[in-house]
Amino acid sequence: MKKTEKHNYNLILGIVLTAIVLIPAVIGIFYTPYDTESMNLALKMASPSFSHPMGCDNYGRDIFSRIMKGSSITFLIGVGTVFWGSLIGTLVGAFTAYYGGVVDEILMRVNDVIFSFPSLLLALVFVAILGPGTYQVLFALAIAFIPSYARVVRGEFLRQKSMDYVQLARLAGAKDLRIMFVHILPNIRKVLISSILIGFNNAVLAEAGLSFLGIGVSPPKASLGSMLSDAQTYLFSKPELALFPGLTIIIMVLGISLISKEVA
Amino acid sequence: MKRILRVENLSIEFHDHALAEKVVTDLNLDIFEGEIVGLVGESGSGKSLTAMAAAGLLSRHDIKKSGIIDFDGTDMLSAERAELRKVQGNKLSVIFQEPMTSLNPLKKIGWQVEESMKIHMPEMTASERKNRALEVLLQVELKEPERVYNSYPHQLSGGMRQRVMIAAAMAITPKLLIADEPTTALDVTVQMEIIELLKDIRKTYGTSILFISHDLSLVSILCDRVAVMKNGVIVESGNVREIFDFPKHEYTKKLIASIPVVEL
Amino acid sequence: MTTVIKKIVGSVITILAVSCLVFIAFEIISGDPALAKLGISATEEKLAALRLEMGLERPLFVRFFDWVSGVIRGDFGNSYSYNMPVSELIGEKALTTMLLALYSFLLMIVITIPISIYSALHKGDLFDKAIQIVNQINMSVPAFFGGMLISLIFGMVFKLFSFGGYVSYSKSFSGFLSYMFWPALAIAIPKAAMAISLLYTAIVEEIKNDYVRTAYSRGNSSRGVFYKHILKNACIPLITFLGMAFADMISGSIVIEQVFGIPGLGRILLSSIQQRDYPVVQAIIVYIAFFVIVSNLLVDILYRVIDPRVR
Repeated sequence: MKKTEKHNYNLILGIVLTAIVLIPAVIGIFYTPYDTESMNLALKMASPSFSHPMGCDNYGRDIFSRIMKGSSITFLIGVGTVFWGSLIGTLVGAFTAYYGGVVDEILMRVNDVIFSFPSLLLALVFVAILGPGTYQVLFALAIAFIPSYARVVRGEFLRQKSMDYVQLARLAGAKDLRIMFVHILPNIRKVLISSILIGFNNAVLAEAGLSFLGIGVSPPKASLGSMLSDAQTYLFSKPELALFPGLTIIIMVLGISLISKEVA
Repeated sequence: MKRILRVENLSIEFHDHALAEKVVTDLNLDIFEGEIVGLVGESGSGKSLTAMAAAGLLSRHDIKKSGIIDFDGTDMLSAERAELRKVQGNKLSVIFQEPMTSLNPLKKIGWQVEESMKIHMPEMTASERKNRALEVLLQVELKEPERVYNSYPHQLSGGMRQRVMIAAAMAITPKLLIADEPTTALDVTVQMEIIELLKDIRKTYGTSILFISHDLSLVSILCDRVAVMKNGVIVESGNVREIFDFPKHEYTKKLIASIPVVEL
Repeated sequence: MTTVIKKIVGSVITILAVSCLVFIAFEIISGDPALAKLGISATEEKLAALRLEMGLERPLFVRFFDWVSGVIRGDFGNSYSYNMPVSELIGEKALTTMLLALYSFLLMIVITIPISIYSALHKGDLFDKAIQIVNQINMSVPAFFGGMLISLIFGMVFKLFSFGGYVSYSKSFSGFLSYMFWPALAIAIPKAAMAISLLYTAIVEEIKNDYVRTAYSRGNSSRGVFYKHILKNACIPLITFLGMAFADMISGSIVIEQVFGIPGLGRILLSSIQQRDYPVVQAIIVYIAFFVIVSNLLVDILYRVIDPRVR
């Protein structure tokens, strides 16, 4: 009894934290109180006020608006990365586990090598090849994330493959594709959902890292990572420039990881 | 004959739920030097808990114990941990139901057989310890004791592991051996070998044995006296032959009737 | 023993495979290196001369074997933009980054072990609950933001170190260590948070095992049961994590170096990516891959040393 109550608290806290960041982020896709890219030297380094709740940055841009815009870009990159990464990863994992054979062997060897590589570094390599930019980052991260999903899905598929319900479906004459995606896939949804949530967090952190290094989302576009990168110069004179985007990342990641713990 | 274990008015209560649950009630039991006493009953009758209490291994905070368990001058119920430790593995040894999991998977058999010697007889040299370990391994009829000494638990079968447990228990020649369903997890043929082994041990060392089992037929082969337990209470006790030939309590009759007759 | 040799051979093959992939990827995508070096204003004659000088006229597979055999000898060719051998250019920087990653790794272990042991053995008390919460938050902090917070709090407010005052290890090793403590801490904290939750769970689960009861029945003290029996068993799930954590720490170092102004691989990697100085980028990737693969190999061997069941 006690246990379930405590779990609910975690879930509620996770949802609340995520909502605090996500609602402004979703609004930020369509609308921000101030323009996020044009400069206004009159407001350079303005302190927080009623009209600019988080103050303004070194170009006089409203920080709150930039955080809205930045978290929406970070959020979209996270969602896109996880979408493509999990989609392709699931297909690779499902097919290799289901059919096995030489292709499975080779793909999994390659997978293991890529998997053991830090995803940030892998994305860095892809960005080095493709050049910086929002879509390049998304593409690079998606490729870097495929192996982890393929690994998870393959492991789960191997476990499910030998179970009775799969054998029964086969006896009943179900086609391979039907068995894979109608019978097995729903049974591994818990694992898949939790690794999608964790993957989203990793994507957010990786995007922030790339943009912080100046090879992710390129200025003047705002992303949480690039805001932190800009804020670095003024870290000691104006720490709130770094604190607000930093806290936004922490709240987003913390919220999602609390949710993922309860889903699993 | 000297009395080695005296259990008087033992009661054990679980307090892990809102309502306290009494699992052993006013239990009385004596064991004399060189005697093998059986404690039989079905699972949940409280026999294993009684054995663990007698071994001083019942220290969970949510368990309430009352009564006296006097083992050779030490009260196993109320003594401090430091007192108990002087007895455990020294004058009193235990073997458990699950030979597969009762050994530490990362330590060599030799190390585990020698452990109680290391704790209780620090004056022994390494080679003395090894000689003694090989001697007991041979006594429990393990062929190639030198090889077993250098093996890890996963390299041995269930029966061999239980022999190792017995060897480790006898390494320091205790006065009392508590055997908690030592044969339940084993094949029938191996069961009989272990029973014969326990008989030999009593003959060689004069060790008293408290044999916990749900199997009345094994008790009848091994034990001198028997106590039959049901729902935390001893319903009948006495000489094995008498109880077998003239059971008084309905429950005992039922247990005897349920023994399968083996046709030779 | 034979499996270990097989693993080593496998690792060597993997390193070679990674080198091939890196070479091919950059060869196909990067375009004309001579053009990259001279810029678009260069004349056709100059370009042709440079191509000849760089050996670009030779067939692809010849250049490939040339490059791979160079890699085996530790020769990665010349940097386009610095006009010096790559190995000379990145040598000291690579060591700086590796030392930072190693430092973070050791800090992570030093933080993880006592905290997880204490809170697992005092499950449910105030310290344990506090650790659970702090851990959850620490896991969500990007290491570079953690680095900014550390330099803000310990550098500016408490003045425990002078921010930007990096000392090279060749000048003063102790000065190097005391400055690097802070970036290493920034990398170590989020990883330690993960390691703590792993080890904590493992200890709590391990205590329930039957062999623990056996150990008590032999007269061990609680300390004896824990240190002689439980701890080693509980560390097994941590080993795989350690390998991945070390790999992550190398990429973490590259980012953190930008926060703390450390002249490691990070800065040169970034500037080489921006200037399309591919020999440098290739060399750094292969170098890091080498360490990642070797650390995976070590984890594999450590696994075998600790757990007799996988030998």
